[in-house]
Amino acid sequence: MRETTNFLLAGVGGQGTILASDVLVNVGLAAGYQAKQAEVHGMSQRGGSVTSFVRWGKHVYSPLVGGGEVDVMLAFEKAEALRNLNQLRPGALALINLTAIKPVTVTSSGQLYPDDSTLHEKIALVTKNVVYVDGEAMATEVGNIRAANVVLLGALAAMMERVGLSGSELTTEMWLAIITARVPTRYVELNRQAFEAGRKAVSG
Amino acid sequence: MIKMLSGDEAVARGAWEAGVAVASAYPGTPSTEILEELARFPNTYAEWAPNEKVAVDVAVGAAYAGRRSMASMKHVGLNVAADSLMYASMTGMEAGLVIVSADDPAMHSSQNEQDNRTFAKFARIPCLEPSDSQDAKDMTIAAFELSERFDTPVLLRLTTRICHSASAVELGERSNFSPAEAKAFPRNPAKYVMVPGNAVKRHPVIEQRILDVAEFAENFPYNCIETGEHSLGIITCGVAYQYAKEVFPTASILRLGLTWPLPQQLIRRFANSVDRLIVIEELDPFIEEGVRLMGIAVEGKSIFPLVGEFDPRVVRESAIKAGLLPDTAHVPLPDVEVGPLPARPPVLCPGCPHRPLFYILNKLKVPVNGDIGCYTLGLIPPLSAIHSCGCMGAGIAVAHGAVKAGSPEKHVAVIGDSTFFHTGIPALINSVYNRSSMITVIMDNRVTGMTGHQENPGTGRTLQGEATTAIELEPLVRALGIKHVKTVPAFAVSEIETTLKEYLKLDEPSVIITLEPCALLPEARKRWVPLEVISDKCNGCTLCFRIGCPAILKSDELDAKTQRPKALIDSALCTGCEVCAQICPRDAITFRPVEMSEA
Repeated sequence: MRETTNFLLAGVGGQGTILASDVLVNVGLAAGYQAKQAEVHGMSQRGGSVTSFVRWGKHVYSPLVGGGEVDVMLAFEKAEALRNLNQLRPGALALINLTAIKPVTVTSSGQLYPDDSTLHEKIALVTKNVVYVDGEAMATEVGNIRAANVVLLGALAAMMERVGLSGSELTTEMWLAIITARVPTRYVELNRQAFEAGRKAVSG
Repeated sequence: MIKMLSGDEAVARGAWEAGVAVASAYPGTPSTEILEELARFPNTYAEWAPNEKVAVDVAVGAAYAGRRSMASMKHVGLNVAADSLMYASMTGMEAGLVIVSADDPAMHSSQNEQDNRTFAKFARIPCLEPSDSQDAKDMTIAAFELSERFDTPVLLRLTTRICHSASAVELGERSNFSPAEAKAFPRNPAKYVMVPGNAVKRHPVIEQRILDVAEFAENFPYNCIETGEHSLGIITCGVAYQYAKEVFPTASILRLGLTWPLPQQLIRRFANSVDRLIVIEELDPFIEEGVRLMGIAVEGKSIFPLVGEFDPRVVRESAIKAGLLPDTAHVPLPDVEVGPLPARPPVLCPGCPHRPLFYILNKLKVPVNGDIGCYTLGLIPPLSAIHSCGCMGAGIAVAHGAVKAGSPEKHVAVIGDSTFFHTGIPALINSVYNRSSMITVIMDNRVTGMTGHQENPGTGRTLQGEATTAIELEPLVRALGIKHVKTVPAFAVSEIETTLKEYLKLDEPSVIITLEPCALLPEARKRWVPLEVISDKCNGCTLCFRIGCPAILKSDELDAKTQRPKALIDSALCTGCEVCAQICPRDAITFRPVEMSEA
């Protein structure tokens, strides 16, 4: 892998991006990297955009990632994927959840929400390494729509493995141990299934 | 043991390891999690105070009594607590006292981005600035040691990026620094009673003290030189150190952990060892001006921004522009025109009990003087019903001032329950005492909302989860001398309107308390029931769009006659507050089932 891997997680308050970035930074630490995580969320609890950065590497100094230096984007929401597109390094990995959360500005001020063809076309201008998943649908299938964030982590793990961004030391069990340590006992099995569903959606 | 901790968690851990006995705070982003985390540790007492001044006084009292203590707050909280900071500096204490200020460069959730290092200089106290979570823990412990060594409060200055980033921390054990019990309260008026006669004698003591700290700073382990190439020397501190390392991996760096007072000899030695000296620091040119006053040629704010937060890109691009790095260092952006994206401002949540009041205030077109809290979001269109908001507790007195100036309209001040306890009460006293004619609305959602549901004097629970007296607002307000007081359910749209109209006619001060727990509280969540639009009855009149509820969407179906989109309720977001149902002129939105309404 590169000296440092820079992740950007983007979504909307309440989607579980913060749990996902907490998992990701701890996976990095468990894999033996220096790892840092930064939340850039302002007043996210009130429906605003949420961004987190996670960095893994031999030496990691800055907790923030500068524009144009994101290696992996995990977008929990379609408009947020577009909003952060210009942060990406050309050819970066992009994992995009096919969920639309229309902000109140669409209803009350007539602002437009981008359509899917715009999304695909713009993303393609920056990278071909893109995977679209329907995290909510897969999470609903395994039993709870709120596990969509873990579906996405499963998909991310498979994507990184596919392009050799993570070494063989990053096993599924390692991811799962870190995820399940962060959820109530009664949701452990649900999260295991959600992770596997996301993984299979990418690795087949 | 190594653990990922945020800077806030690391400060709590450091305070606990240092044996802190008493900690007090008022919640404020990005500092809130410090006390929330500390409250989980055994053998230490942590509390929410009604405001930051009280928090500092509490910590001072504990330190006078001989126990290590801490007060934490966001940067603007230190403005509220400044009076206490200044006397604490004058008196010193019997045990370590650490004041934590969490500054907010870029104003992620604040009204300004003041640089509180200036407070340390102003108050003649040392200022420590950690660069990551390990530093945050270690320097919290160092702050207590420094405080006791020099008999001074110590300012631990964090920034949002330190508070809210996580990095690995080596955990330690709790030390036995602090005596297990409080000592007899000192009878030492010459030191602790700051009447002029005593204060006159204390002033030279604190001036000498800061000189002594400056000498100590020369060998303080968190002030250190990392020798690299001699062509460029960088003095830096806090999170800016990380950006400096990232962008200038081969430069010589002097990292200051103690940024006030400055270690003059160390700085001079470093300056003499490099060809070009720059300072990389966020916000004010605090170190830069200190270095320049020493007669050393230095650049800082001529290269790097004075305003906002840094990141590696900001530092790199500024450096390229100043010729410190070649043009080839530039990292290109994809520069894709992504087209118009819908703005996603923070908004009042679906089911927020503040929404109906703002809908009515907007309708009545009255000037509204706001305050700090979730309800400041009443500013956002389409509610657009906040016309001033400056700091905690300001709204009531601002409205009163406008009234006394002869403002031609009746004024309404809106303030939350926690903010009212914070600094609203004296302003309300003023409006009674000085015969105002304004309306104050206390929006009581039974919790400190914006910072993420902290207990406050009205909730009946302490920070540590114990039951306590819940201060009732209506009797309190009556006791202040307000004769016209009414508590109205916050979702009772027409009752709020009627009461406001009635009180707008009064020639004396009045108070309306809108009461309803925050929709996100666990008890409130149990009552969530999504409502529905009866499509046949909706004609797309758009009235329900004007309450700015994220759960109300435009459907794809157009009304045959008006050709306007009908309303649609997102059942995943709707809580069933019924505000839209109440204002719909065509009864096109269902109410809650009767049995649920009673629940």
